[in-house]
Amino acid sequence: MSEMEAKHGEEHHIVSPKIYVMIATALLICTALTVAASYLELGPWNAVVALGIAVFKATLVVLFFMHIKYSSRLMKLTVGAGLFTFLALVGMSMSDYISRAWGSF
Amino acid sequence: MDSPTVAVHEGAHHEHPSYQRHHFVTMDQQRESASFGMWLFLLTEIMFFGGMFTAYLIYRNWYYPAFVAGSHTLSIVLGTTNTAVLITSSFTMAMGVWCAETRKRSGLILSIILTLVLGLVFLGIKSVEYHEKWVQHHVPGLRFDAMTFVHPKAEPGQPVEPGLPLDMAQHTEIYFSLYFAMTGMHALHMIIGMGLLIFMLIKAVQGAYDDGNIAFIENFGLYWHFVDIVWIFLFPLLYLISRHQ
Repeated sequence: MSEMEAKHGEEHHIVSPKIYVMIATALLICTALTVAASYLELGPWNAVVALGIAVFKATLVVLFFMHIKYSSRLMKLTVGAGLFTFLALVGMSMSDYISRAWGSF
Repeated sequence: MDSPTVAVHEGAHHEHPSYQRHHFVTMDQQRESASFGMWLFLLTEIMFFGGMFTAYLIYRNWYYPAFVAGSHTLSIVLGTTNTAVLITSSFTMAMGVWCAETRKRSGLILSIILTLVLGLVFLGIKSVEYHEKWVQHHVPGLRFDAMTFVHPKAEPGQPVEPGLPLDMAQHTEIYFSLYFAMTGMHALHMIIGMGLLIFMLIKAVQGAYDDGNIAFIENFGLYWHFVDIVWIFLFPLLYLISRHQ
């Protein structure tokens, strides 16, 4: 029993407001960065930079606002499985278009 | 998990909160089961929005000039403001979850009200944008005129857009169909979320969460943050990535 109770305390981690403030600030800064980057002339890199920043922002939200950083392996695996399935489906749907320009540069 | 459980239930009734269901061994197990179920729901939501994102990527590939011209009609200022508003509402919701976890009733009520207000501001700005689309004849099916892309009018303070050939100009309707489908489904999720926020506000005022039974708030938080993530991707795809082409 004592073993189980010891586990209790660790399992539910309360994320502190300080971390929420830091993450919200980081998200707002990233928003400013992505808007600023969209005004630069980067050719095909405009889309890459914008989506890269979006992925970074989404990762911050999932890890901290949605507590996945402090969650059990089951939850981490669930999120990972969802992301993997999503990327596999989109990747397969897009495979023709992704590879079409190969060799033309 | 075998011997300790048996030992507990053979003796006197194990101490636990009244809201712990008897088929769960511990509160943590109950909490994680609820959160696991919520995440499975969110995965179905990822697939749902993912279909629209994929459609957007494929059509953008097919009718690239039309998508560039379509995205140039969106307002970066309004889009950026809405992104900031939604991120802030995610922050206030996260604070609401913290207040609930630490049993601060007035803090929880304030967080819910702020989240609601920011959600309303978002939808208000969104409706201004939708109205602009209506005025400019950019609403597919209802009020659409492809000629605005063949002979673009000079916007005050902006360089004149080059016109598109008629067949490509007609494909801007696909851009706007996807724009309304994606932002509309996102807005619908927010409207549902705000309904749930009002429900939680009433319960919070009544003190329903003071005993620590806050699974609803925690899982609603996950939903609200998910809606935020969808917007984090909609914003660059619809507003930003075609600025320079």
